[in-house]
Amino acid sequence: MIPAAFDYVAPTSVEDALAALAQYGDDAKIIAGGQSLLPVLRMRLNAPEWIIDLGRIESLRGIRDDGDAIVIGAMTPHAVVGSDPLVAEHAALIAKAVEHLADAQVRHRGTFGGALAHADPAGDLGAPALALGAEFVIAGSGGTRTVAADDFFVDLFETAIGEDEILTEVRIPKRTGWGATYEKFVRVAHQWPIVAVAATVRVDGGTIAEARIGLTNMGSTPLRARAVEDALVGQPATADGVRAAAEHATDGTNPPSDLNGDADYRRHLATVLTRRAVLAAAGA
Amino acid sequence: MTRISLTVDGASVSDDVEPRMLLVQYLRERLGKTGTVIGCDTSNCGACTVHLDGTSVKSCNVLAVQADGAEVTTIEGLAQNGELHPVQAAFRECHGLQCGFCTPGMIMQSVDLLNTNPKPSEEEIRLGLEGNLCRCTGYHNIVKAVQHASGQGATA
Repeated sequence: MIPAAFDYVAPTSVEDALAALAQYGDDAKIIAGGQSLLPVLRMRLNAPEWIIDLGRIESLRGIRDDGDAIVIGAMTPHAVVGSDPLVAEHAALIAKAVEHLADAQVRHRGTFGGALAHADPAGDLGAPALALGAEFVIAGSGGTRTVAADDFFVDLFETAIGEDEILTEVRIPKRTGWGATYEKFVRVAHQWPIVAVAATVRVDGGTIAEARIGLTNMGSTPLRARAVEDALVGQPATADGVRAAAEHATDGTNPPSDLNGDADYRRHLATVLTRRAVLAAAGA
Repeated sequence: MTRISLTVDGASVSDDVEPRMLLVQYLRERLGKTGTVIGCDTSNCGACTVHLDGTSVKSCNVLAVQADGAEVTTIEGLAQNGELHPVQAAFRECHGLQCGFCTPGMIMQSVDLLNTNPKPSEEEIRLGLEGNLCRCTGYHNIVKAVQHASGQGATA
């Protein structure tokens, strides 16, 4: 399967990429690692006239320590994120989610920012971004703005990134003293999760003091499980303490029904995985 | 047309290509390197795996223009001076193939795995090869071949 013909430009700076985007507008599509876009183009589900490749912009790659946060360049490949010592130390939840994202070949090529900007609700990075309170740095012709994770995911495959803007980096606040994990349920190797749960929990003296939970593939976007978060506060970090709160995991969700399972099955999974993830994150 | 220059299996090549040309098409149709095969054509099966600047990628899911300036190694570039690469030799020794169609991708991904993890456990091998499908379901001997290539375990 071959994509429809397109013209191609590979700018070497964010400024040049923004200029290309301004020039070609609706007829252009940005390619990052291309691991989601190229299958779409090959199946001709989309046929842009221009492809703007961010792969030659070195400033979009790399991970740095920025005091109270680590900053991941949008074009940093998953494999680099997953083996980075700063990520391991300050954002272990990201490392955990990346570890089993797709397969090794896709992790070599696919990028952190590309996957988030693609905003597949079954993607592995949205729920951790919500649970960690990530911030998305977006460049446009008027400068740079920052969007909170809670405001980033708008709808199915739709984010707060404007048509004339580019995601440049993602800031992950360091959550010192929090435990975190990602519980993912798949039936087939290297496939998207049927449901997954990202949990971050701060335990104080055996009691859950704070919690942030993100859900994968339980609606048209990654979702915060706020009802679970509220119900967890003040509970003992034990199986009994967490069980009742985890029952709220389905509040406000609208999971899809497909060949992998119907919505009821996903609701069941969300409850079970939330309980497991919170307990693991709490070290219980 | 876009001009690309890259190194493939040690040789410098330069060509004008349509931007939509996939790397696997370029390798097979322009360079005649048909050792790299197209299996599923949907980026699932991994049969088309090659190394791009030293790490494994699915060449049906990379544009040739994206490989401009890069170094590509295919299954045809693994053997040196007429000697099979140790992973190729291990696949032969352990009969790590049945019909053989997935084999080029399996070997390229196995080489990548051993580059980063020279002594993988059986579980690490299976996880490391999760992006490569064998429709003959001949996975056991493939895993044994990787163990053999890493100096662990017996032959099949």
